Amino acid sequence: MNWTLAVPELVLTCAGLAILLFGVLRRQDSTLLATMFTIGAFLVTGLLVATRVDGFGFNGQFVTDAFATFNKELILLGGALALILALDWNRSQGIARFEYPVLVLFATVGMMVMVSASNLMTLYLGLELQSLALYVLAAFARDNLRSSEAGLKYFVLSGLASGLLLYGISLVYGFSGTMDFQTLHQTLMTPTAAPPGLIVGIVFILVGLSFKISAVPFHMWTPDVYEGAPTPVTVFFATGPKVAAMALLLRVMGTSFAELVPAWQSLIVLMSIASMVLGSFAAIGQRNIKRLMAYSSIGHMGYALIGLAVGSSDGVRGVLVYMTVYVLMTAGMFACIMSMKRSGRPVEQIADLSGLATTDPGLAMAISVFMFSLAGIPLMAGFFAKLYIFLAAVKGGLYTLAVIGVLTSVVGAFYYIRVIKVMYFDPPAEAFDRRPPALSFIVAATGLFTAFFFLFPAPVVDAAELASRVLFR
Amino acid sequence: MNAAGFPILSIITWLPLVGCVIIMSVRGDEATVASNARWTALWTSLLVLAVSLVLWVKFDPREPGFQFNESVSWLPHYRIAYKMGVDGISVLFVLLSTILTPICILASWESIRVRVREFMLSFLVLETMLVGMFCAADFVVFYMFFEGVLIPMYLIIGIWGGPRRVYAAVKFFLYTLAGSVLMLLALIAMWLHAGTTDISVLMDTHFPVQMQNWLFFALMASFAVKVPMWPVHTWLPDAHVEAPTAGSVILAGVLLKMGAYGFLRFSVPMLPDASQTFAPLIFTLSVIAVIYTSAVALAQEDMKKLIAYSSVAHMGIVTIGIFTFNEQGVQGALFQMLSHGIVSSALFLVVGVIYDRIHTRDIVRYGGLADRMPAYALVFMTFTMATMGLPATSGFVGEFLVIIGAAQINFWLALLGGMGMILGTAYMLYLYRRIIFGTITHADLRNILDLNPREWAVFAPLIVLTLWMGIYPSSFTGFFDESVAAMVQHHHAAVASTVRLAQGMTH
Repeated sequence: MNWTLAVPELVLTCAGLAILLFGVLRRQDSTLLATMFTIGAFLVTGLLVATRVDGFGFNGQFVTDAFATFNKELILLGGALALILALDWNRSQGIARFEYPVLVLFATVGMMVMVSASNLMTLYLGLELQSLALYVLAAFARDNLRSSEAGLKYFVLSGLASGLLLYGISLVYGFSGTMDFQTLHQTLMTPTAAPPGLIVGIVFILVGLSFKISAVPFHMWTPDVYEGAPTPVTVFFATGPKVAAMALLLRVMGTSFAELVPAWQSLIVLMSIASMVLGSFAAIGQRNIKRLMAYSSIGHMGYALIGLAVGSSDGVRGVLVYMTVYVLMTAGMFACIMSMKRSGRPVEQIADLSGLATTDPGLAMAISVFMFSLAGIPLMAGFFAKLYIFLAAVKGGLYTLAVIGVLTSVVGAFYYIRVIKVMYFDPPAEAFDRRPPALSFIVAATGLFTAFFFLFPAPVVDAAELASRVLFR
Repeated sequence: MNAAGFPILSIITWLPLVGCVIIMSVRGDEATVASNARWTALWTSLLVLAVSLVLWVKFDPREPGFQFNESVSWLPHYRIAYKMGVDGISVLFVLLSTILTPICILASWESIRVRVREFMLSFLVLETMLVGMFCAADFVVFYMFFEGVLIPMYLIIGIWGGPRRVYAAVKFFLYTLAGSVLMLLALIAMWLHAGTTDISVLMDTHFPVQMQNWLFFALMASFAVKVPMWPVHTWLPDAHVEAPTAGSVILAGVLLKMGAYGFLRFSVPMLPDASQTFAPLIFTLSVIAVIYTSAVALAQEDMKKLIAYSSVAHMGIVTIGIFTFNEQGVQGALFQMLSHGIVSSALFLVVGVIYDRIHTRDIVRYGGLADRMPAYALVFMTFTMATMGLPATSGFVGEFLVIIGAAQINFWLALLGGMGMILGTAYMLYLYRRIIFGTITHADLRNILDLNPREWAVFAPLIVLTLWMGIYPSSFTGFFDESVAAMVQHHHAAVASTVRLAQGMTH
């Protein structure tokens, strides 16, 4: 029982309970304070995570290693960004409640447990803790029909996915007699030890997790939830949970089922191709920028899955770099979307950006940076993310996947540069409202990261390299 | 440290960005900002030109390899470094870029009236990308600059272009991006095979023949679009017609050279066997380009479109020259690239002059300009002769050398390639006759003004260069003699060794 390994999670949970109590007991509105405490708790947790000791805790159910640390920091970063972005927005939309930071906090705890799971049971616990908080968050603007619809839709579909996952877990347990990742890995060393029932179980687990990262064909919920949920919640959906689910997928496939790569590789390849193709083609027809970002995220998950399909630690490194860049540029882009307000009301159509280069050159430049980066044009961070993924794919011999990947990225570029076209080439529309300083700050910080990542890629890449060595050993 | 004593290539590459920072920091009303932006951009580009002239003086033409080398550790784990260096093949293109940029800025002094600041920023960023691309001595660095060119050029066409600018800009962007991403995969494959992306090491790496074939097509997808070769040239007329004058100038002058430069820098030296195998394919496409697009040019009603099609034809000559793999052919190709960079840029400027006055590019709207604009007629005549390849102009030397080179390969290749010169004469003289000669039939042409001092300043250096290159070509060929000789030798040695290997296996 080495419970000290879970200190960051424990601290964060206690902080969450304390903030909840504080919010309930304090008579007046305490949203701001609760948010600040939560960000503080994230900071402390981040530091605790950074000073980790490697090892297994709770009888092998819980693991801390470089891989977990990398992803936890990324998740905490995504959570903190979502909180800062929510402050002004929730107040102006009349949904400022102290429960928001608390829910984000508990979802984050769930994600951290997911990342550290070393047992199918821990995996499920973390996933459910995260999901329960996310259901409520999606429907946080409860008087808004679209938000309630998003919450319900996410709840029903996610419940289905959890059911499938649980069924897969029970199948794996039934056919192998263990739920522990390490034991599974050792049992499956001899290929004959993989009965068909176990393979079916793996497929179910894959399906359950693919739902969480919204890979095609389990992506149906994404555009509706992205569009319906309040935008800060969408930011949160697009960052932390994606990282956590991707990390979980990597962990499960990279440890317990690492010896069965041929068995699941073709599935991942298919999902990856389908996600990239659908993500790029379906986005062309979108008029709403939040829906556009939803399809874009589907496509990006397709690229990240290439790294998993390779089934090597090079691939894992690619995925980790990809997720890091993805989180920052997506958060930045959503911060820009949140700046799109006219007389207090948020606007979401791409056409609303018309002529932004004249009315607000700074914002237009930031959006162009994010768009070029999402399209993977060199010098922007998004290019390096794709570079490491394709590097792994070519090294792993998945040439077809790589060629399809680069070609869909050209199709994707079409709709990204269309946004730039609207901003720079079209006649100016009415200017947006003044941005709150917090938004400007996040746009500037993430924009600078995205634009100047090429100057100092080494720290991120080295950390990812270190983290990736844990898997596919 | 290098021959210049300071990191000259990085300075030329990044100096324009300093100008960008200055332009961005200007505050005030629109007129102040516009005027400041113009002058800052001009001075920055002139300063870059001045610094780049150090290359002209200090470059050692006897040394075939890279000079002025710089290397900074960038991604040590993957053995990728920020490496800069120029050899005989690239040094003149750096100079071409630095000469054309101030000319473009000067040419858009009055014709660009909206968002001047953004225009100048785009142009300076474009200069950084172009110079960086020609200076790169590492494949990854090259790729970054190569793709980076797309961003400013997309904006230049899309914001300041003509009526169908959005269509043209998006077409330009997607065509070139589709080509480049395949090059990215080739880059990764070569990187994994050789373990490094240093260009000089890659040149000495032998890739398996089967792999070379795939790599060749991946690289060709990218370079053929940029050259542009038939049948992927269709983006060029659209982009040229819609782009503002300065955009067309830099597009014709430097961007079109990126593809041919890529063939020379990567395909031919790194993939010798595949280049040898697929040379007939390239010849076929080039000959079709020369004859077909020349014929198309004859039928054009729009001046810019005509010159755009003539560019495709001239670049067809260049690709023929590169794939002859003999010294005359390759030297001719290089010379033709430089000459085309000067002459076709000048022709777009020539069109720009009357477009600024009358605001139309329809050939039928002109006629009889010789009467009102004698100086203009002279300048136009000079460049018309140069593009036709008249001896004593720059156009002659390149085409002549290429045809000599091609004749060593195949008589028909030389003959059909040479057809380009005849057809070129036809469409250029036809164009010149319709615009300059005849009687003035349109009322607005009666009061048209001749060249003003600013326009003289734009054309003077180009005329000097055109004649200099035509009358005394050695001062230019001297730069790349050694590099080309080394490249050709290296190519034949590599092919011979593969043949020996194959024979060894059959015995």
